[in-house]
Amino acid sequence: MGKKLTLGVVAALVLAVAAAPPAWAQKGPIKIGFIAPMTGGAAQVGKDMLNGLMMYLAERGNEIAGRKVEVIVEDNQGSPAVALTKLRKLVESDKVHVLTGGLFAHVGYALAPKVDEYKIPMLYPVMAADDLTQRKPSKWVVRTGWTSSQPSHPFGEYVAKTLGYKKVAVIAMDYAFGYEVVGGFQKTFEENGGRVIQKLWAPIGTTDFAPYLSQIKRDADAVFALMVAVSSLRFPKQYEDSGLKAKIPLIGGGTTFDEFVLPSLGDEALGGVSPLIYSAAIDTPINKRFVKEYRAKYGKVPSYYSETNYTAGRWIDEAAKAIKGDVENREKFLAALRKVEIPDAPRGPIKLDSRGNPIQTIYIRKVERKDGELWNTVVKTYPAVSQFWTYKPEQFLKDPVYSRDFPPCKYC
Amino acid sequence: MSGPAPANRLVVPVVVLAVLLAAPPFLSSYVLTLLTQSLIYAIVAMSLDLLLGYLGLPSLGHAAYLGVGAYSVGILTSRYGAGFGTVLPVGVGLALILAAVFGLLALRATGVYFLMITLALGMVAWGLAYRWVSLTQGDNGISGLPRPDVPLPWSLAGAIPFYYFALAGFLLALGVLWLIVHSPFGMSLVGVRESETRMRTLGYHVWLHKYLGFVISGGVAGFGGVLWAYYNGFVGPTDLDLSTSVEVLLMVALGGRATLLGPALGAGIIVFLKNLVSVYTQRWLLILGAAYIGTIVYAPEGIVGAVRRLSEATEPAPARPEA
Repeated sequence: MGKKLTLGVVAALVLAVAAAPPAWAQKGPIKIGFIAPMTGGAAQVGKDMLNGLMMYLAERGNEIAGRKVEVIVEDNQGSPAVALTKLRKLVESDKVHVLTGGLFAHVGYALAPKVDEYKIPMLYPVMAADDLTQRKPSKWVVRTGWTSSQPSHPFGEYVAKTLGYKKVAVIAMDYAFGYEVVGGFQKTFEENGGRVIQKLWAPIGTTDFAPYLSQIKRDADAVFALMVAVSSLRFPKQYEDSGLKAKIPLIGGGTTFDEFVLPSLGDEALGGVSPLIYSAAIDTPINKRFVKEYRAKYGKVPSYYSETNYTAGRWIDEAAKAIKGDVENREKFLAALRKVEIPDAPRGPIKLDSRGNPIQTIYIRKVERKDGELWNTVVKTYPAVSQFWTYKPEQFLKDPVYSRDFPPCKYC
Repeated sequence: MSGPAPANRLVVPVVVLAVLLAAPPFLSSYVLTLLTQSLIYAIVAMSLDLLLGYLGLPSLGHAAYLGVGAYSVGILTSRYGAGFGTVLPVGVGLALILAAVFGLLALRATGVYFLMITLALGMVAWGLAYRWVSLTQGDNGISGLPRPDVPLPWSLAGAIPFYYFALAGFLLALGVLWLIVHSPFGMSLVGVRESETRMRTLGYHVWLHKYLGFVISGGVAGFGGVLWAYYNGFVGPTDLDLSTSVEVLLMVALGGRATLLGPALGAGIIVFLKNLVSVYTQRWLLILGAAYIGTIVYAPEGIVGAVRRLSEATEPAPARPEA
């Protein structure tokens, strides 16, 4: 009996040595800290984001680079101060290896210095504030999403040249994201011969647009609207009801017509043209599979929030693989994250520029009805668009960041 | 508050203080940051207690003073590289000035009208933070603020030193407020709360008492705001919004009005509930709501008030002139 046991132990040891997994496999799981609004006004967006990430990880059997993955979800209620508290918890208490998530730009600005202080890599798949990769870059933030003005630059050219509008009135949400989306559009639109003849700013969360719609200059060729969340739901209907839709076509920023709001909109949204880094209607096998499986799993069409977080999961996966799962070495992990290139994300090829913002395809999309549903049909693609569009980065960065007053409204 | 406090009343605070002093090495750094946050919120809650508890004036705009203190840190350190020695007096001073201006407007009313005016004034401060972009950077807020540079042998960057720093701030605020409410001035504030007409007939300047209480309360909240900005390294309009004011009001109600330590306890309970319960369930708001309703129904005088009532029911009741 004793002999058998000894033999057994020896055999087990031999086997264990022979099949010894690399050292890292004995470490615990790779822990991903995820921060997003899970309660409050933006809870549904937070849900879309989390769904995207979880779907990717589920596809990989919850394993990255041979290690199990654990996602720790924290709700920041959309507030920067709460996000900071949750960041501390995730880093100090949960000891996560990498962070991701975040929705609002001001949360991004609040988190970046703390992330640098902790020296822990954090992905920004959604938070789009321009300066995070322009005038106030942060070493440990890896933006896998976009800058607010990135889709607007090609769109300005498209509206002036292809759609041929000469005069555009703007109505937009009165905060940084609005300024940057509108600013990027105005810059390239006016450089291509267009004129922004009016800029109206409505506070975030505005639901009654009658006072603004009555002010819109009736000689505009088009109205550029930048709406988010609850305003996106209300604006197109009120625009139609005011009788403007029949006279002046509606164009806008990507979030005005994104897949998150489309299912709640009706015919009033038809014909809306907008640019973004994603459309659920992108006609590639990879995206079609993504949309099909996302729908099967969550019962709705993925929005760009889902896609960017799905891709963020992939991003972490690729980087962890490149360093053989050694995510404890944060410097090495960060370097690997910065080197990731994804040629076949659902939204198309992505790689980072030298300042850490993705160079990616921008889609000009038009809302159309297909099989009874609203879709953002892609009408034009601009491949490999950088955050600086065609400008030289040094030249571009000499201008201040887009704001309420920049670029100035010369033709108002 | 009624004559010399019995020695056993001091036992609990002394034990709590000893625990607060000795705890840090035994706590995880995350719990320690929550405790730091509780102490800072406790300062703001106690400042509101001076208004709500001792003067009977429910303010829904207290976040404004917190915001002024916090923005003083944000603007002075990020633009002018000002040190703690400059920021602290400026932050508290500006909060005092703001309270002096708001007090002139708000004290024209009482009860629910006072609530409405302070709410409106609080929103004005929020609006300024949000829209005065050239000064406050608007919605983005001011981030990357350093920890205070105090002439101490150790840096406040770490969690433990900053905790003791916040604890010192808390004790300072507690001491100041304790002295005030136990001074003859504090007694007359309670008198004003109980019966303005009687105090007036006795020859007190009622309005001036309320005004001074209002201004001091704002100044202490501003002090809390200064610490808050240093703690977070960030200040933004969300620090000033209505939900912050409401939260502080709930801390006071939960802990017990006119007890000073009650609101501090309330601050701790709410900070910990918010952050610990949310780990286990997304429905943590429900639990928080249930806690509020439970307090209002079963302990309208708050936790500390309820404990005092129970302990007094078993002892011979001391005379309570303010009741």
